[in-house]
Amino acid sequence: MEKRVTFKGWLLPLILLTPQIIVSAVFFFYPAGQAVWQSLFIPDPFGLRSQFVGLGNFEYLLGDPYYRASFVTTAIFSILVTVVSMGMALWLALLADRLIKGSGVYRTLLIWPYAVAPAVAGVLWLFMFNTRVGVVSWYLGLLGYDWNHVLNGSEAMGLVVVASSWGRISYNFLFFLAGLQAIPRSVIEAAAIDGAHFWTRFRTIVFPLLSPTTFFLLVVNVVYAFFETFGVIHTITGGGPQQSTTILVYKVFSDGFVGQDLGSSAAQSVILLFVVGILTVVQFKFIERRVHY
Amino acid sequence: MKISILSGVFASALAVGTAAHAQTEIQWWHAFTGRLGTLLAEQVDTFNASQSEYKVVANHKGNYSETLNAGIAAFRAGEQPDILMVFEVGTATMMAAKGAVKPVYEVMADAGEPFDPDAYLAAVKGYYTTTDGQMLSLPYNSSTPVLYVNRDALSAAGIDPDTDLSTWENVGPVLDKLKASGSTCPMTTAWQSWVHLENFSAYHNVPFASKENGFAGLDTQLEFNGPAQVKHIAQMGQWAKDGKFIYAGRRNEGGANFRGGECALFTESSAGYAGVKAEAKFAFEIRPLPYWASVEGAPQNTIIGGSSLWVMAGKSDEAYKGVAKFLNFLSTSEIQAKWHQDTGYLPITTAAYDLTKDQGFYKENPGTDVAIIQMTSKAPTPNSKGLRLGSFDQIRGIIDEELEAVWAGDKSAQEALDSAVTRGNVLLRRFEQANR
Repeated sequence: MEKRVTFKGWLLPLILLTPQIIVSAVFFFYPAGQAVWQSLFIPDPFGLRSQFVGLGNFEYLLGDPYYRASFVTTAIFSILVTVVSMGMALWLALLADRLIKGSGVYRTLLIWPYAVAPAVAGVLWLFMFNTRVGVVSWYLGLLGYDWNHVLNGSEAMGLVVVASSWGRISYNFLFFLAGLQAIPRSVIEAAAIDGAHFWTRFRTIVFPLLSPTTFFLLVVNVVYAFFETFGVIHTITGGGPQQSTTILVYKVFSDGFVGQDLGSSAAQSVILLFVVGILTVVQFKFIERRVHY
Repeated sequence: MKISILSGVFASALAVGTAAHAQTEIQWWHAFTGRLGTLLAEQVDTFNASQSEYKVVANHKGNYSETLNAGIAAFRAGEQPDILMVFEVGTATMMAAKGAVKPVYEVMADAGEPFDPDAYLAAVKGYYTTTDGQMLSLPYNSSTPVLYVNRDALSAAGIDPDTDLSTWENVGPVLDKLKASGSTCPMTTAWQSWVHLENFSAYHNVPFASKENGFAGLDTQLEFNGPAQVKHIAQMGQWAKDGKFIYAGRRNEGGANFRGGECALFTESSAGYAGVKAEAKFAFEIRPLPYWASVEGAPQNTIIGGSSLWVMAGKSDEAYKGVAKFLNFLSTSEIQAKWHQDTGYLPITTAAYDLTKDQGFYKENPGTDVAIIQMTSKAPTPNSKGLRLGSFDQIRGIIDEELEAVWAGDKSAQEALDSAVTRGNVLLRRFEQANR
């Protein structure tokens, strides 16, 4: 099935590949190599001296129960963010796809939140849910619910998940909508004539045909949840309460830039690199099989 | 045509002008924005206008942590500023960085500038001075925690607003009455670790950490899980459970609730004064931080928070001369008295304190001298000189987490403080190893 183009010599393919190789080397292999190298040392913050400790940094990290717990936190957080942001986006896209009048306005409004930077989004949500002066927490108080994400770990997790997913829904929405509109009308109409209801059509036709988009978004969203949600967590919870929202990348930051412990920070980056590498392999090996292109 | 000739002449004249006054630029990286930033810029302008040899250029580099990181990154790249503002918890990091900083006493001696360390308030200076009395950095903004009282809220609850709140033993029944009268926030706090553990330990003359709170060596161990601290945190936990102590957040989030009139009592930095004064629409008062009368030796003195100015290594002698002049300028009584009166931060010299007194500021603004009296009424002991602990920003984070567990009722005070000590000690050992 696959088409392969064969080159006669090795010079042309090499030339064609060079830019990509250079970019990868400068922006990926070099920094990643540095991280691996640094993870073997305990330096002082100013770079005045440095001690070789071998795998000592990794030993230190893996012996720390809070670091191990941070893996679970990251897993919960990433799954929730991915499910919430993709689920909501798919639902909204399905509605927008059926809309005839005013769909332009509706779409524009849905895409707007994407323009809000994560840290700003964090502050917005924080204002609404501020335990003492927030609008939402005040209404919750009227309903008899005492909202306190400052002390309650699950509420804190819920809040950072919602704040992280919010802007992301717009991004996912765009892709889902484009994906839905690429599905030939004739297929859906044929099914409708055959008596298939909306839900049946969605399950048997739309969702399978949408799978390349869904798979792409799954990969992209997991990476987003792992790395780009830093701003939201930093502004809303700072990793607390009791580290219940300290995801792996947040700990890299706090050890490196709050604690100035660059050895531990570098070692964590290396671990993170492996985790995401494995995750991506898993996604491409096992989930991609179920995708119909 | 005419204009271009004119401007050419003007430009060359300007060039000659600058060449004649070859000014040495002094870079100062700081962490202040808003009103503090404006006041800081004013100091710089005053200094620049007062002489023509040096030009201080102030650059805002983000909050305290970000400024410290910017300084560290710049040093690694060989582009460090002459002066770096570092918050008090970064003191140990800077002190351990021999070769990256030039101690202030050395800067002054090399430049031949007059410098008398004894002119500075002992409680302020002590934080930034070695055990053998050498001043390493120049205290810039220093504050200490005090108790803010909403007098109207006390009256509303049927409590005499002049009631004695000097001890926690007396505060307890007041909180009971406030709660019983329907107050939704009898008490709140800002900077819980700084107020209720770091200052608490100094104030009750009990160690926060071994080796004179880290002053005497990097091999220090945290010791804030002693009986006095446990008793206090347990009592606060009980108050939190009963809705008498409302926890609003790790920083000064509680300030909004106090300034808005919801909270009756508020433990916060003396530097919060300007904000309270500007916003509070009720009668308020500043009282000394309460202590436990049952703890022997209390009240000792409280310790400072804030920042100091570190001189970075690797600059020219000419630049250091300018730095020395500028640091001396900042220490003058006029500058310090103005800074103290404008911000609520402490004056760093005795002379500035006396000047403020002579100007009648304390009479017009009652309570603004509470902080300084509380800090200077007793000579500091090894437990109350300050703290010098590595990775302390992160250790504070750990303390915050553990205290939150107490307020949430998840852990007992003893469990939480034991855990904070164990976790913090791990970081101290990492720091010791990195700086061996």
